[in-house]
Amino acid sequence: MGIRFVLLVNKQGQTRLAQYYEYLTLDERRALEGEIVRKCLARTEHQCSFVEHRNYKVVYRRYASLFFLVGVDNDENELAILEFIHLLVETMDRHFGNVCELDIMFHLEKAHFMLEEMVMNGCIVETNKQNILTPIQLMDKTS
Amino acid sequence: MSLSGMRGLSMFISDVRNCQNKEQERLRVDKELGNIRTKFKNEKNLSPYEKKKYVWKMLYIYMLGYDVDFGHMEAISLISAPKYPEKQVGYIVTSSLLNENHDFLRMVINTVRNDIIGRNETFQCLALTMVGNIGGREFAESLAPDVQRLLISSSCRPLVRKKAGLCLLRLYRKNADVVNIDGWSDRMAQLLDERDLGVLTSVMSLFIALVSNNTEAYWNCLPKCVKILERLARNQDVPQEYTYYGIPSPWLQVKTMRALQYFPTIEDPNTRRSLFEVLQRILMGTDVVKNVNKNNASHAVLFEALALVMHLDAEKEMMSQCVALLGKFISVREPNIRYLGLENMTRMLLVADVQDIIKRHQAQIITSLKDPDISIRRRALDLLYAMCDITNAKDIVEELLQYLSTADFAMREELALKAAILAEKFAPDLSWYVDVNLQLIDKAGDFVSDDIWYRVVQFVTNNEDLQPYAAAKARDYLDKPALHETMVKVSAYILGEYSHLLARRPGCSPKEIFAIINDKLSTVSPPTVAILLSTYAKILMHTQPPDSELQEQVWAIFRKYESYIDVEIQQRAVEYFALSRKGAALVDILAEMPKFPERQSALLKKAEDTEVDSAEQSAIKLRSQQQMSNALVVTDQHPPSASVPVSQPGPVKVPSQNLEGSSPDQGMPKVNGTVDKIDTQPIPSADLLGDLLGPLAIEGPPGTTPSEEQNPISGYEAAPNSADALALSTLTEESDAVQPIGNVADRFHALCLKDSGVLYEDPYIQIGLKAEWRAHHGRLVLFLGNKNTSPLVSVRALILPPAHLKMELSMVPETIPPRAQVQCPLEVVNLRASRDVAVLDFSYKFGTIAVNIKLRLPAVLNKFLQPISVSAEEFFPQWKSLSGPPLKLQEVVKGVKPMPIPELANLFTNLQLAVTPGLDTNPNNLVASTTFFSDSTKAMLCLIRIETDPSDRTQLRLTIASGDPALTFELKELIKEYMISVPTASPVPTPSPAPLQPQLLPVADPNDPGAMLAGLL
Repeated sequence: MGIRFVLLVNKQGQTRLAQYYEYLTLDERRALEGEIVRKCLARTEHQCSFVEHRNYKVVYRRYASLFFLVGVDNDENELAILEFIHLLVETMDRHFGNVCELDIMFHLEKAHFMLEEMVMNGCIVETNKQNILTPIQLMDKTS
Repeated sequence: MSLSGMRGLSMFISDVRNCQNKEQERLRVDKELGNIRTKFKNEKNLSPYEKKKYVWKMLYIYMLGYDVDFGHMEAISLISAPKYPEKQVGYIVTSSLLNENHDFLRMVINTVRNDIIGRNETFQCLALTMVGNIGGREFAESLAPDVQRLLISSSCRPLVRKKAGLCLLRLYRKNADVVNIDGWSDRMAQLLDERDLGVLTSVMSLFIALVSNNTEAYWNCLPKCVKILERLARNQDVPQEYTYYGIPSPWLQVKTMRALQYFPTIEDPNTRRSLFEVLQRILMGTDVVKNVNKNNASHAVLFEALALVMHLDAEKEMMSQCVALLGKFISVREPNIRYLGLENMTRMLLVADVQDIIKRHQAQIITSLKDPDISIRRRALDLLYAMCDITNAKDIVEELLQYLSTADFAMREELALKAAILAEKFAPDLSWYVDVNLQLIDKAGDFVSDDIWYRVVQFVTNNEDLQPYAAAKARDYLDKPALHETMVKVSAYILGEYSHLLARRPGCSPKEIFAIINDKLSTVSPPTVAILLSTYAKILMHTQPPDSELQEQVWAIFRKYESYIDVEIQQRAVEYFALSRKGAALVDILAEMPKFPERQSALLKKAEDTEVDSAEQSAIKLRSQQQMSNALVVTDQHPPSASVPVSQPGPVKVPSQNLEGSSPDQGMPKVNGTVDKIDTQPIPSADLLGDLLGPLAIEGPPGTTPSEEQNPISGYEAAPNSADALALSTLTEESDAVQPIGNVADRFHALCLKDSGVLYEDPYIQIGLKAEWRAHHGRLVLFLGNKNTSPLVSVRALILPPAHLKMELSMVPETIPPRAQVQCPLEVVNLRASRDVAVLDFSYKFGTIAVNIKLRLPAVLNKFLQPISVSAEEFFPQWKSLSGPPLKLQEVVKGVKPMPIPELANLFTNLQLAVTPGLDTNPNNLVASTTFFSDSTKAMLCLIRIETDPSDRTQLRLTIASGDPALTFELKELIKEYMISVPTASPVPTPSPAPLQPQLLPVADPNDPGAMLAGLL
């Protein structure tokens, strides 16, 4: 079981954050992002949060204008991933305060740092918000 | 919150955000890339801060989907920076931009190692994380012992150890042979005693990887896992920060239960009891609450607990509890829970004997098959497939059949295959089996693979009792007005063999059978024509005493096809004609097919899903594979196609005068070829466009939406300014009456590079096109769709072929009924290389409006190419032997649209030229090869080389070699056309290119002597 990628995409289909845990070429990424974003954006809120794509699943969740898409192996626990997305959002929220698309966009590096503390090599490594944010706070202090 | 620490980065992001369109964005990004490149050239003058800023910009640009092929060294060099902020950027950007095999990584192994064994915790974390994400073999070789030491060190703090755990996991997964894990079972047991939940979360992933490879070695860890689960489930000693909406780390709970699923059973009674107590609590104690997050988290745990219970094959009591829960889940409204309920029921069927309990929910599951959400429909389909057995097969298969007519395209193929397999596996009687399969072909012919009808033929041939029934059924289907071609094939085959069994029934005399089959002859493709010819021969054979009138009719057809362009058909016609004059001997020669040797189904093999390459083989799957292993069937690759007596294609060559003779009027326009019957298909849906192109849309790769396939070019972008659009578009008499929808020229250019799409559309008609190419033959099918509720009349189609193409349009009816679609096959034979283009002169009347349009047909040079990869040993001798003009031509092409090499390679691939990397050592050059097919050249190898000038991308040198001077010249001109961005004489430049392909296509220049219309005007 494992996470293959984490994507943040807005309603217009613009990528706001992309982190892959398996290497894909640029063309493969473009194709993948195009396909799954199109699939997910077309869905209504009454439909489930899981989309099957090729040989994996995308678990997604929408917050205002922003979609969080997580690609996982087929045997991953879908609800655990769904709540992991929420944990990511809550962590961002704690750091930025009322996080919005612009925060993530203009603080790309911080968003990356947070994700990096939470997922490593496709596995969830930390779920304690304080622990996740410590390195960023450290950096803010030093700079 | 202030803006990011890096002003320049924020400015850039903001600039990109303000771009109005993709083109502006590209310009802005290109400018920035140029800027970064310049800065990096004078690296010495850069402060670490500036470097950091530029590297982040690179990552941002990369994330937007642009290639960043430089600056990797600068990113990596930041890893060696002494200060935390730079180092951190170096590590993170490196692991995002590079893959594990990148050469540059080797250079920092030492720095990384120093960080890992050093005393600075934050540096340790950064280094471990990067290695954990992209560390390859060399990292494993030099770092594994250090990482292992960190993981078990008592002096290390948790924040380092949790990273070390997952870092080790990566090194182990990638290079299990390098990482020494002897004696790790004891260490793992110790690690699982850990109190820190962060470390445990990491270690549990490592443990899953280890135990999935070797359960035996880790028995001692089993009680530890149960302890962890107990601690979490009872919420003992769980810090607040690890509690999520009141639930102690649901993620760690899930991981722990997943780990437990790798142990086949639990022998120790105490451990077992403890575990089952916990599981029981989870199963019973999970309530639905208002808070969504809490609900999801608790159900995540619950579903994992269900999986574990199923796996441990617990006391029946608990299993039935599980089924009851799942039964509840599949009927709730909440879509996530319903989805998971269906998914887990399917899994449960694989591991436990619960078929009978699950059958009680059949009606509910069938409801989900009609859910508006495709994710749920797929799960329902899978479950129905899994729960089907002899008792409910009839119900389920009939549901699937019924659903087939309304199912979305994305699911039809799978649905059809599954229905066919179930029918075969569980048929209560054979006539039902035949019914189901014929219905399948009738309802979803496009989605039914040949395997399915081969299998029907095989069944019928091997079961004598079935033959009269199948023949009667086939006869009935032939009465239907619109019949899928596959249905024509299977019906004709069955009637050829067995229609004599029906002879006494009304409407089933040999003559009537022949007439009704022959009705279809003009509407079908060559492979089917071949089958029909065999059927006719068989009917003749069965008609004893011979009926001279029938004989004459059949012989007339054989004679007609004796000179057909398709070799297979020609041969059959000649042979059957000769054979059928042999009198009584015919009965022996064409006797009924013998029984097929019993084979196992090729369908079953097909149904095996492509296995998912997840990191660890999942526990459930392992188990189910063991259980199912005897159910899986191994078949040989060939489908049971012995049903069709096919002569070997290949050595047979068609004498060319024969071809000439076949149609003396080749060069002449053809009007409305003979039509016996119009293949009209009533179109019920209001969405005409979708229906018209239904059969085309599915040609696309899975996952692309049909609408995009059909309309690759946004009509509004290009319409007015393409010179040749005007030259060719509609408008003769009533010039302002009918305007085409979309740009005609663009549609043509798009079809030059692909084989299906819309050729033309206006408010009344849509002309779709689908083409297949084989060597120097082509078969185009025009789909003429009437979009209105009144008929289109005086429909006329003339083909104006250029001298190098032989074209034969088979049938165009005078009238296209309201909302109907007519298919008109068009055969093409390529005689030699030329870029002249065939034109379709098409006219129709709608009420008082008469429309006449001339459309170029995409039977262009590159369609007769077939990419072929050539090795260096083959390439160079050829290249040398073709020396100088006219066989080898070279030209410096100027005014080329600047394209990076990969884009150029992409263009080549689209043109059917196989790019062979490595033949030319210079990375600025491109070498490609392809085979050209024509009647005069046969298969001819063409070699292409392009030398680009990196300092001036607008020019390049093009060299083409082949064994035919005309081919060399034409191919050179073709490639040139595609590379030059703006046609020289066109006053208006093409509109600014959007990111998609079509804009790359040059607009043909009407003044160019080689222009495509020369043949016409």
